[in-house]
Parts: sequence; C-alpha cells; structure tokens
Amino acid sequence: MRYSALKVFTQGLTGNKGWRPVWRNPDPKPEYDIVIIGGGGHGLSTAYYLAKKHGLKNIAVLEKGYIGGGNVGRNTTIVRANYFLPGNSEFYSHSMKLWEGLSQDLNFNVMLSQRGVISLFHSDGQRDAFVRRGNAMINQGDDAVLLDRDGLQKMLPYLDYDNGRFPIYGGLLHPRGATARHDGVAWGYARGADQRGVDLIQNCEVTGIDIVGGKVTGVQTTRGAIRAKKVGIVVAGRSGQVAEMAGMRLPIESHVLQAFVSEGLKPAIDHVISFGMGHFYISQSDKGGLVFGGDLDFYASYAQRGNLPRKEQVMEAAMTLMPMIGKAKVLRSWGGIMDMTPDGSPIIDKTGTDGLFIDCGWCYGGFKAVPGSGDAFAHLIATGQPHETARGFRLDRFRTGQGIMDEEGTGSQHNLH
Amino acid sequence: MQFIYPRSGGHDMLILNCPYCGIDADETDLHSGGQAHLKRETIGSQDTDFENYLFNRDNPMGVHFERWRHANGCGKWFLAARDTTTLEVFATYPAQTLKPPQAVVNAIKKKHPDWKGWP
Repeated sequence: MRYSALKVFTQGLTGNKGWRPVWRNPDPKPEYDIVIIGGGGHGLSTAYYLAKKHGLKNIAVLEKGYIGGGNVGRNTTIVRANYFLPGNSEFYSHSMKLWEGLSQDLNFNVMLSQRGVISLFHSDGQRDAFVRRGNAMINQGDDAVLLDRDGLQKMLPYLDYDNGRFPIYGGLLHPRGATARHDGVAWGYARGADQRGVDLIQNCEVTGIDIVGGKVTGVQTTRGAIRAKKVGIVVAGRSGQVAEMAGMRLPIESHVLQAFVSEGLKPAIDHVISFGMGHFYISQSDKGGLVFGGDLDFYASYAQRGNLPRKEQVMEAAMTLMPMIGKAKVLRSWGGIMDMTPDGSPIIDKTGTDGLFIDCGWCYGGFKAVPGSGDAFAHLIATGQPHETARGFRLDRFRTGQGIMDEEGTGSQHNLH
Repeated sequence: MQFIYPRSGGHDMLILNCPYCGIDADETDLHSGGQAHLKRETIGSQDTDFENYLFNRDNPMGVHFERWRHANGCGKWFLAARDTTTLEVFATYPAQTLKPPQAVVNAIKKKHPDWKGWP
C-alpha cells in the first residue's frame, strides 16, 4: 500500500479498517543469495539498497530480536554532516543527501527536521579549529556558518555565556543538521525492503557462520541452518561475538553510552546543541521531551544500562550550559552498546573469508550513517568494490597504519574516544 | 600472592577493591585500561602481531579480564576479572601476573560453569 494524504483521509472515513501490517513475517527459506545478519538500521538499509539499487532478489535479514528494537530505536536521533577528515567528510555528506530525500524515497515519513546543529566553542584556539572545520564542510559542499557570541546569543539566549570555566565564544552552525524519527527510519527501510522481496526474519539469532575452504556457505541460526552465497555482518555492539563465529578478532571494544529524556515541555530548544567541552549535547523532541546525553561510561560493558557517575556528570554539564533546565524532571535514561574502534571511525570492508563482509565500528555515531552505510555496504556486497564515499573505512588500516581516521584528534587507541 | 574477592559492583556504581592499598574504590577513583594479559610485541614482530597487540580485542560478552588504574588513589595499575553483562566483579589481583591466577579462574568457574575458561 502506498501512503498518501488521500489514503489517510479515505481510511479515516472508512474506520481505518484498511491498514495492513507493513511487512510480512516469513519463515526462513533454506537458502538465500545474500544473508544480512542484523536487522537494525544499517542492516535494513543495506537490504533495501541491495534490492532497490542493485536489483538483487533472494535476500534475508536475520534479526535476533524484533525490527527496530536495537540501537536504531534507542539513540538520540541526530543527523549531521559536520565531519572534518577526508574519508569521513564525503561519506557523511553522502549520507546527509540520502536523508534529505529519504521520506520521499521510502514513501514513509521519517520526520527529518533540519533544525540545525550548533557546536559551541570556548576559546580562541577552539574557534580557529571550528573555522577550519567549517571550511572543510563547505569544501565538501555542505553548509557551515560561524556564529560569534552576539549572533549565537540572539538564537540561544538561555545559555550561560559567562561561565567561569567555559565562557561561550560562539558556535559553528550546521544548518542542515537534523533530528529524525528513529523508529520511523527502521520501519520505513523495513517496509521498503519487504516490498522489494527481502525476507525480514525476526527472532532469529545467528549462532554460527559456516565457512568451507575459506568461503562462506551459510549461517546457523536458532531457526535452523540457512545457506547463503554472501553474508554481511551488521551487528553494532555485538560485532565481537558474531565476528568470532567466523574466527575473526576485531579492533573493537563494546562500551555503554547513556541517554536521557526529560518530561515533555513547551518548545524551548530549537536546535541540536553540542557542548563538546562538557561532553554534552541536547535537543528537544517533537513531543517536547529534552533529549540529551554525554560521554561513554568508559569501560567494557554489554549491560545496556549505565552507572550513576556518568548520569551525574551529564546533569552537571547540562546545568553548566543552560541553568534554565534545572527544574525539568528526567523521565528516563537508558544505555546502548557501542562498537568502539580505536580511531573512532567505522569499518565497511571485506573480511579474510570469501563472501563474508562486515560493517561495524560506528561508535556512538551510527544513526546519522544509516542511509550512507546501507548504500555503501550494499554496493560492496553487490559489486565487490568499496563505494566511492566509503573507501577509507578499511579493516586493515590498523595493521598498515595507513588511513587511520582519528576525527577527534585524541589518538588511535582504545579508550580514547 | 594475595587475592581479594570484593562484593559485587552493584548496578549504581562499579566498585573495585584495589589490591595494593586495599580500599574499595568507586569507579570515579578508577581509570579503565582495557583488556588485560595482552602479549606485548616488540622488535622483530610482524605487522599482524602488532595489530593484534595494539588494536584487536576479544571484546567478550561475559567474563572479561581488564587492566585498571587506581588513578585518584594510590595510582597503581591492577587487574580485575569482571562480567561485562551483569557487571559482577569476580576478583581483583596485582598487575604483575601474566595470566589469571588459578584461584581467580576457579572462582569464576564456580559461578559460571559454562564459561569456556582461560585459553
């Protein structure tokens, strides 16, 4: 069924009885050409672009839980293309362009809200770095506006500009920066993939990867063995476990990242505000809740919940930046598992096994990459060649030392991002 | 060698007992140093050895051996055996050990009979 305003209207007149589930719930077939392990945002978009752009049929997405139940439904929904380094810059720029046409492409409203992302700076040196970053963004063809203190104050009057430790000197505005409806993105890609014949198989956990003579032949799952000519691993925080099934050891540590939502409030924060020095960022959802978060808990965890010290630090950073939110009540907090690479940049590459591909290492920035990553991973699986915007995301960069992409400039070691 | 089996880290705050100064240190006193018992590579090692040493990690879901530093305390590095899913702490022990002491391995196996064990 194609969605439209007319459809909503006519369904409304007929008691909304015509709506149907938007994807089938098929049992796994014994064999597929391509099996994607992981039905998160990246896995679904990969399947969608395999079917749509490369015309491939006979594809399955295996999801151990339910569609939209992982990190794609648990993030803070920020979409941006304000990267600096070659390798990252063109990729996120490409992903942003896909985002901008996504609702039309999927015929599903992903509620992309290009409200602008503002990154604050607090010193002359940081301003210089942000001027350089802004120029890199403009060179890439994206947009960047440098706001001085007065300009920023007109837009965000409620910040504490004269904070003793981090006085605000201005901000770098990325006007096309956005938020999106995260569940909608998962559902839209799932629906689009299903419409093109992709089998979305839920409650199907992969327990083994079959490799014969250096070539992948299929997977073992909780719903039986499935043969496959090609297998793609897109499992975010669980990359270590799934890769281990193929005898791989990855440059990844899984860490927990927390996020928070306040009670619903009247519209107050119009943009996404990033307070890098406090490791804090915030936006306001369409429902009115303040959505905010901070840094990793900084030790290995699969617990999907965080500890109190980080919560305290995030709340302190919020109060440092905008004392006005002090009386807002936090409704809930949660933690998601991040696949952290040593340099903070992702991996989309072949593996040492023929027909086995991996897309991982998105750290805490996977959501904005959902369209770009799916497009690039689909291209790699279909053609065997890296997508032109994702050439830098090589698995072997840690062995060769070539092309390491340390966007933050903190060093290419675990525990530094 | 002395082994200390602290109470569980609980779910509000990770608490590790520092085997050097003996106090229960909150996670705000500590700095995590990642996977422990890595084999250090040196001159003559291959690129893949360095990749494994510097970058590749076991990243287990469950029993994990880690390096920790009592950063805001005595400053010493020590090792901990911890569960990355339940955040349960099995033991902490001195950093000058090349593999988990047998008593620590036994303690883990007692609680988790299905644990595959130390290689």
